[in-house]
Amino acid sequence: MSSSASQKNATLTFQNVYIESTGTFVGPIEKEGPLGDYFENYSDDLYYGEKTFEKAEREMSKIAIDSCLQKVNRTYDDLDLVVAGDLLNQLTASNFVAKDLNTPFIGVYGACSTACLSMLNAATYVEHTSFKRVLAYTSSHNATAERQYRYPLEYGIQKKDMTTYTATGCGSILLSNQVSNVRIAHATIGKVIDLNQKDANDMGRAMVPCAYDTLHQHLNDLQRTVNDYDLIVTGDLSTYGKEILKELFKADGINLDNYDDCGCMLFDIANQEVFQGGSGCACSALVSYGYLYPLLQQKKLHRILILATGALLSPTSTQQKESIPCISHAISMEVV
Amino acid sequence: MEYLLAFVFCGFVCLVAQIIYDRTKLTPGHITCGLVVFGAFLDIFDLYDKLISIFHAGALLPITSFGHSLMHGALEKTSEYGLLGVAMGMFDLTAAGITSAILFAFIVALICKPKS
Repeated sequence: MSSSASQKNATLTFQNVYIESTGTFVGPIEKEGPLGDYFENYSDDLYYGEKTFEKAEREMSKIAIDSCLQKVNRTYDDLDLVVAGDLLNQLTASNFVAKDLNTPFIGVYGACSTACLSMLNAATYVEHTSFKRVLAYTSSHNATAERQYRYPLEYGIQKKDMTTYTATGCGSILLSNQVSNVRIAHATIGKVIDLNQKDANDMGRAMVPCAYDTLHQHLNDLQRTVNDYDLIVTGDLSTYGKEILKELFKADGINLDNYDDCGCMLFDIANQEVFQGGSGCACSALVSYGYLYPLLQQKKLHRILILATGALLSPTSTQQKESIPCISHAISMEVV
Repeated sequence: MEYLLAFVFCGFVCLVAQIIYDRTKLTPGHITCGLVVFGAFLDIFDLYDKLISIFHAGALLPITSFGHSLMHGALEKTSEYGLLGVAMGMFDLTAAGITSAILFAFIVALICKPKS
């Protein structure tokens, strides 16, 4: 492994950023998965009553946002800023939702790392600016991502075994400076890393180096070990990538026992047709906002680290046979 | 026996294609084009016609037969018009297949919606 944590500090520390609320919406397969009961909104149909999958993705986001705000009796007027992103060209899913929010908006793109990217941006605004209540949301939809990044849906492509399944859903999180029982403690901003992996059907393995790098960077910057965390999760490394990351850390003399992958947690890989696990922006957002955040609230977990991982390819770069650069951003959440 | 032979040959072509798809990074587009070129190549020595006489529908059904038909049409018109015949006859025998592909795709697109 050529990449190792750099001397430059890449970790931000937050003193006053708290999680006020979260909201989730999932598609049918995610609802049937092992974490299904943790998601408050769901649809049995990928169209969700809309004419196109793209419109369905937006409706899912709106519901996830509304349920996040309703839980704490907030409205759009209470928001100072919104930060969001998704997988679609020109961030259409996020932008089209934001036009109804009537709030200053920042769109961010980090592929499947967007959950942590939007959260770390939101947290930075809460900590350092006059925007004190910031909403972050991110969505992905199996059918919209599939047709943009791979093949037309009508084609009915036979998927290769090493692929992952883009999760359908949206996760939203409301951050503010008002004290609650869970806070955002640190964020480590990842570097773009490209080890010349070219197979767009195997992005799980391509993203391992960036998760490895960001995790090392985070631990170095804070002078911590993996045992300082109750749980460390990566975004969507697939079953293959998950094992490789464990192996890499084992080679460094570190046992990653308290580690899992959101894509592997969201689905029952043995019994659901999701190939090597889940992927997509929604994957890490759903698992961390819908499942891990309540565990922190209940004090079943005390400190977790989320490493959302993103493959920064475009359909054009794939067609031109370019390799796949990847990035991983980390967020740590703590019980107050 | 005819049925069995047809089944075996057609299945064999599919098996080869599936193995290539599973074992390499080639896309379905690469494999389909490869089989068309392979079928066209076999027509050079009339080999594909021999395959058809043995395996009947089994050899006519897979995409390799499309390459064979392209080559056949082109060669036929070449004997009549010379080099220009290659362009004139290329899609002669495959016209019906291409037209029906376009027509049926259009009709299906009108009445169906992808599920995911």
